Amino acid sequence: MRRTVSRIRKRIDMPSQDPAERRRNFQEVALGYSPEEAVEEASRCIHCPKQPCVAGCPVEIDIPSFLKLIAEEKFGEAAAKIKEKNSLPAICGRVCPQENQCEGVCTLGKRGEPIAIGALERFAADWERLNAAEQKLPEAGKQEGKVAVVGSGPAGLTVAAELARMGYEVTVFEALHVPGGVLSYGIPEFRLPKDIVRHEIEYVQSLGVKLLTNVVVGRTITVDQLFDEGYDAIFIGAGAGLPHFLNIPGENLNGVFSANEFLTRVNLMKAYEFPEYDTPVKLGKKVIVVGAGNTAMDAARNALRLGSEVTIVYRRSRQEMPARLAEIHHAEEEGIEFRLLTNPIRIIGEDGWVKAMECIRMELGEPDQSGRRRPVPVPGSEFVLECDSVIIAVGQSPNPILTKNLPGLEMTKWGTVVVDPETMQTSIPGIFAGGDIISGGTTVIEAMGDGKKAARGISAYLQQKARV
Amino acid sequence: MYRIVDKRELADKITLFVLDAPLVAANARPGQFVILRVDEQGERIPLTIASTEGGKVTIVVQEVGKTTAHLRSKEIGDALADVAGPLGTPAHIEKLGTVVCVAGGVGTAIIYPEAKAFKEAGNKVITLMGARNKSLLFFTDELAQVSDRIIYATDDGSFGHHGFVTDLLQQLIDEGTTIDLVVAIGPIPMMRATCELTKKYGIKTVVSLNPVMVDGTGMCGACRVTVGGETKFCCTDGPEFDGHLVDFDELAARNCQYVDKERLSYSMYEEKRGCGGRCHG
Ligand SMILES: Cc1cc2nc3c(=O)[nH]c(=O)nc-3n(C[C@H](O)[C@H](O)[C@H](O)COP(=O)(O)OP(=O)(O)OC[C@H]3O[C@@H](n4cnc5c(N)ncnc54)[C@H](O)[C@@H]3O)c2cc1C
Ligand SMILES: Cc1cc2nc3c(=O)[nH]c(=O)nc-3n(C[C@H](O)[C@H](O)[C@H](O)COP(=O)(O)OP(=O)(O)OC[C@H]3O[C@@H](n4cnc5c(N)ncnc54)[C@H](O)[C@@H]3O)c2cc1C
Ligand code: SF4
Ligand code: SF4
Ligand code: FES
Repeated sequence: MRRTVSRIRKRIDMPSQDPAERRRNFQEVALGYSPEEAVEEASRCIHCPKQPCVAGCPVEIDIPSFLKLIAEEKFGEAAAKIKEKNSLPAICGRVCPQENQCEGVCTLGKRGEPIAIGALERFAADWERLNAAEQKLPEAGKQEGKVAVVGSGPAGLTVAAELARMGYEVTVFEALHVPGGVLSYGIPEFRLPKDIVRHEIEYVQSLGVKLLTNVVVGRTITVDQLFDEGYDAIFIGAGAGLPHFLNIPGENLNGVFSANEFLTRVNLMKAYEFPEYDTPVKLGKKVIVVGAGNTAMDAARNALRLGSEVTIVYRRSRQEMPARLAEIHHAEEEGIEFRLLTNPIRIIGEDGWVKAMECIRMELGEPDQSGRRRPVPVPGSEFVLECDSVIIAVGQSPNPILTKNLPGLEMTKWGTVVVDPETMQTSIPGIFAGGDIISGGTTVIEAMGDGKKAARGISAYLQQKARV
Repeated sequence: MYRIVDKRELADKITLFVLDAPLVAANARPGQFVILRVDEQGERIPLTIASTEGGKVTIVVQEVGKTTAHLRSKEIGDALADVAGPLGTPAHIEKLGTVVCVAGGVGTAIIYPEAKAFKEAGNKVITLMGARNKSLLFFTDELAQVSDRIIYATDDGSFGHHGFVTDLLQQLIDEGTTIDLVVAIGPIPMMRATCELTKKYGIKTVVSLNPVMVDGTGMCGACRVTVGGETKFCCTDGPEFDGHLVDFDELAARNCQYVDKERLSYSMYEEKRGCGGRCHG
């Protein structure tokens, strides 16, 4: 056992696949704790009186209690404790930016390393799944009220699970053929295996949630029709799926994709198993990914696994990269090259296909509104990078398919929906919203936190409606 | 599950299916399409809604590759994995006067609901229908019923005018017909040629574009097309656009993006199908 001289024991590292190995396969990178490792890591928690970790978790998991249960080897009970507050623990344990959430405020972090809360949450959920030891949560009585949820991403699934547990009748409508939102189409298999996503969604269904795929609300059925069909409240969790492009010449050449298209082909449609699966994806030898957020890292690492050499091009410097540090490290370890302070200005084609990208060097100037130093081009520093594919990962905004047909819905100039931050109700009574559609894009756990608040808001709305 | 309730061969490699898809049928309007998957390994492909009736959706599919071949192999009673829709912006139907519908190949199925809607809106509808040869013509009765006049052309002269539909359009113009709108739907070269002609005479022309799609909901940008110098997402902004503004070269190039993989997929399927026939037949 790795006890150190300091009073605080060192965190147990989670084993992961060797970079040289994993860069060519789609299996999960992080391998998870063994029961012994989990017990040891969980027993590091000092159960400090203020428990700041709990407030750091947007869905308010009772962290100290579940850590204690793991330390006592009561793994199934630990999982049940987590599920009192979080219906998607195996997912959150894998993709939460814990360093900014629960772990970021853990008392142990002040003098040593915080408890690996995410890894332990993942452990408990995985243990329960693998040992088929699901514990039933207490059931609430039935409540009057029917709720329609638009979108089955983390926000929608959370609202649905919470309301179902309160006893409401809930139906989730999903546009795609697979539920899960970004969890299914965006985040790659090697970070979040789709079997796990499927399992946790089945769990949400087991709570009594009805789920209908292939329904594009606004087209297949309108919001008005939902109200006419007897739904008392509607939650919009349609995400921020509209991909941004750079608006530079050559962007519609063959070989240029949005990260969404590329990731959807690979993750949702399983193009990496073509021709077993019918959907193809085509990458050249040299791929450039533009952008440096989580989406860019995911696209880059997916491209690498398909056998390409990958370069990330980003117009700011390392400090400004929005992706999680761990993801940047993973990308570097796997051999992805970074070209920082570099901005694309033109994509050069030959016979309709990408051949190269012209870039310009940037330097950092004065800070802009976001507080980050604004990149400015260095005159005359243009240069050309050879490439045969380009993946654009420079952000996204809410898809207007639904919102543009809802007169009276208050929106921001960025196309996000305005809500009351307490109840999550929009400007239209009975319509609530949360997740990326109100934020423009944050994290799984923020979306779930919104879902939790919205469930309370919706319940209060329905109670009041029942009274009058 | 979306069950096939009817199936009919219309022409060489062109098949009509009626699907049980009540939610899609309820809100479908002319110009809209569905995205379907045949099975769990399947690709998502867009197909236009040719008509709807009581919870049923009719599609007409031409076999051009693996997925359309696989779909055509399905029989009445079989079920498709997914049918999502209606997608796309509905066609803009209004009373204009005389509307000329120019249909080529499988575009005939796509134009049919629009011709019908234009007729019902009180327009005079003239349909110009073209195909490579006689065996590829279909929906002639259906279209004749909703058209005030219908003229045919085949590339090889096996039926109607020997030549292209654009020749027929030129004739109409030469006869002095006042044309308020042309709707052209078919293969890219046909739509392009139609637009080149109508542009000369300043006749407003709407085309329905068919780029490769993935989600069909505006989420991926695979379907982007350039219209009037601006990038549009065909699945949400379209599929219909002002034909005089469309960059057809770009569309044609983008549609070839996966040709090698599509061929591989199709030939593997054909091989399997061929063998299946020989071994068990
Ligand atoms: C590639 C990528 C990687 C990421 N990695 C991480 C990470 O590691 N950790 C993290 O915390 N966050 C990550 N994020 C961010 C996180 O995934 C999102 O913040 C989160 O998924 C938002 O949840 P949501 O429920 O609001 O929307 P989404 O997950 O986007 O789900 C919305 C769903 O609504 C459906 N929908 C849309 N319109 C309609 C309609 N009209 N009718 C019916 N259904 C509709 C969509 O098809 C979709 O399934 C990542 C995002 C991306 C794109
Ligand atoms: C809005 C729209 C409406 C359409 N309506 C009809 C219709 O009513 N009847 C009909 O027969 N066809 C229609 N098509 C075309 C049809 O979608 C394609 O023929 C089909 O996807 C080919 O798939 P495949 O696997 O059989 O052939 P593939 O071998 O995959 O492809 C053959 C060619 O079809 C096109 N194509 C391939 N994949 C896609 C895709 N995912 N989306 C769109 N095009 C693709 C490409 O140009 C390709 O070169 C429509 C297309 C669009 C965009
Ligand atoms: S859900 Fe996320 S924030 Fe909450 S405890 Fe788990 S890892 Fe921490
Ligand atoms: S803050 Fe850290 S040490 Fe304190 S209870 Fe939470 S996990 Fe344990
Ligand atoms: S098909 Fe994905 S945006 Fe149109």
